[in-house]
Amino acid sequence: MELNLSSEEAAFRDEVRAFIAENYPAEMRVPNPETDLSKEQMLLWHRILHQKGWIAPLWPKEHGGPGWSITQRFIFEQETSRAGTLPPLAFSVTMVGPVIYTFGNDAQKQKFLPRILSGEDWWCQGYSEPGSGSDLASVRTKAVRDGDHYIVNGHKTWTTLAQHADWIFCLVRTDPSAKPQAGISFLLIDMKSPGVTVRPIITIDGSHEVNDVFLEDVRVPVENLIGEENKGWTYAKFLLGNERTSMAGIGRSTRYLERLKHIVRTEIGEDDPTFGEFIKEIARVELDVLALEATELRIVAQMSRGIDPGPAASLFKIRGTEIFQRITDLTHQAIGNYGLAIREHPVSANRFMPGPDYGHTATEKYLNSRKLSIYGGSNEIQRNIIAKAVLGL
Amino acid sequence: MDIQLTEEQELLRSSIQRFLRDQYDFDERRKIVATDEGWSRKHWSAFAELGLCAAPFQESSGGLGGGSLATMIVMREFGRHLVIEPYFETVVLAGGLIEDAGSPEQREAFLPNIMDGSAIWAVAWAEGRSRYDFNNVTTTARRQGDNFVLSGAKAAVIGAPWADKLIVSARTSGGPRDRDGVSLFVVDRHSANLHLQSFKTVDGRRAAELTLMDVHVPASQLLGAEGEGVVALEACRDRAIAALCAEAVGAMSVLNSATLEYSKARKQFGVALGTFQVLQHRMVDMFIALEESISLTQHLSLSLAAREPNGSKLASGAKSKVGYAARFVAEQAVQLHGGMGMSDELNVGHYFKRISSINIQFGDPAYHLMRYAQQS
Repeated sequence: MELNLSSEEAAFRDEVRAFIAENYPAEMRVPNPETDLSKEQMLLWHRILHQKGWIAPLWPKEHGGPGWSITQRFIFEQETSRAGTLPPLAFSVTMVGPVIYTFGNDAQKQKFLPRILSGEDWWCQGYSEPGSGSDLASVRTKAVRDGDHYIVNGHKTWTTLAQHADWIFCLVRTDPSAKPQAGISFLLIDMKSPGVTVRPIITIDGSHEVNDVFLEDVRVPVENLIGEENKGWTYAKFLLGNERTSMAGIGRSTRYLERLKHIVRTEIGEDDPTFGEFIKEIARVELDVLALEATELRIVAQMSRGIDPGPAASLFKIRGTEIFQRITDLTHQAIGNYGLAIREHPVSANRFMPGPDYGHTATEKYLNSRKLSIYGGSNEIQRNIIAKAVLGL
Repeated sequence: MDIQLTEEQELLRSSIQRFLRDQYDFDERRKIVATDEGWSRKHWSAFAELGLCAAPFQESSGGLGGGSLATMIVMREFGRHLVIEPYFETVVLAGGLIEDAGSPEQREAFLPNIMDGSAIWAVAWAEGRSRYDFNNVTTTARRQGDNFVLSGAKAAVIGAPWADKLIVSARTSGGPRDRDGVSLFVVDRHSANLHLQSFKTVDGRRAAELTLMDVHVPASQLLGAEGEGVVALEACRDRAIAALCAEAVGAMSVLNSATLEYSKARKQFGVALGTFQVLQHRMVDMFIALEESISLTQHLSLSLAAREPNGSKLASGAKSKVGYAARFVAEQAVQLHGGMGMSDELNVGHYFKRISSINIQFGDPAYHLMRYAQQS
């Protein structure tokens, strides 16, 4: 399904498509880019996009954005994800960057924004804590003012790719006596500060994506506070809004669906009793993708007319993650007995992995995708948001 | 229809429960899985001493005569503790095939070592393109004097790296997908020209791809009638399914109680997770899934014990229904545990992975749903 594009927009689409084809680094085409690439490899595409001026489609031109229309941004998102390119680090470009240019002061903008754009600084997100889950307002990490510094103590968890990070943006409690949402501040912390420790968390797929981050008497200059003290909740919600709209994942689901079809055609003969089942289930998911894509296009059209989708964006998170989970589930089933195998981490081509190449990541993807309905506000929470904020229940 | 265990069965169950509680907690299991070999001979010997390896076999074979109900009791407890040792492969699959299809000489030659815990077996029926069909066999066995010569490849053989002996299906006649013409052979794992490429499975086991390049097997090692291996494997699968369903039920029961406990202890938005109605209903559905699975598993085990004529159809029905139920329970247990459910550290993810493997072994729920539908 495609938007109705003007001839300029169509030309833009062709330009994006050609740019990807000519410039996407071959060494980033590995079986599972999320887990198999080194930090340097992950940054290759980031740097290419930065040189081109395309690294931050969402950003206003004055801060280094390309100055695209909503439709152009959508086209770019669609083309890059259809082509299976690794998206630039969301914590830097999609999350903290917009918070800094929207709520930060001039010094912060000058210090941080260029380094985000260039990929020099790698950011991670210090939101979740061991007791907090989807209830972010329960943050317990404390920041106590001491002259020109905050002294920060606490424990952040599920921190994605913190092992590579130069900086972490944190929700911290600065007023313990206020109501939960009211006493929170938004603080930028240098990961090299004394007292910051990163401990890997290995997940059920065997990979190391997430971490515990311990903060012990970390001294953070007050100039690293974003906006006003105790107003952090406002900035956090602003950021989460950006996170949820990008979760439909149509391009990714479409690619994985095509791969699933290929696997089913190769693995399962038409006389196999489950062939019809697979065909039916694939059709079902394909229609789910189509409906979500149509919804996305409808919302894009509304947005370009100035209508804010608001909390309905939770719909994209719910359906986008459910669809991708279903596709990884079906792919795992499609490879049959080889679904018993899983790659060992760290991944190495020297380790024997049985069965056809296209099945080598099926098990880990199925396991890993379980996280999608948990993180970024669990799908149960997203349904609560729609119930409350959209339906008024 | 709830099974009233006999005194003997109750004794079997309580002795396994006691042993596993004392010597096979989650940390101990983790240590075993992390060893080079990946399983524990010490625990295996203890299983044999407890009589578990002899439990299901007929008294005439030298066993304890417990049959499919004994298997159900053992596997359910093994499921609760995620026991890694190859009981299913050695006792249920290979032992069952030997007792069911073997000659008196073969039973006498092989079963004692299985029952006393001194031999480990694995069964190699699958091939790269066979999916879940036993008739889909391209490995060949041709007669040469007093030997059969086996050539081909077998896929994803769980427990093969640990095994002393393998039961291998190979084609002695017919076309690649014919039902007739598949035969079973007992093959020494260290045979010349038999190569293994080992790999780890998602649930912490070891498996291997087998390559056979003219492996010579004495004709005396043909298990069951020549060309009738599919029939023997189908009967083996019925027993295997009953065992896997019981194991799944054990795993589900742990997941349900862990989730319930967590939902009472874990606070979100100032209240226990378990106070949210949407999660309450989810856990009710998990409860129902477990109850139905217990019932169907018992029903299947009783039917197999009584050699009911529709046992094989029922086995497929149970594999499908229990498989879907277990997947639902496992996925929701992870979901309700949130991030912790995704971590390798917590036991929940390991039950989830065992259940996803169970759902592949001997055919996934969709495969067996179709097989059930097609059996008149």
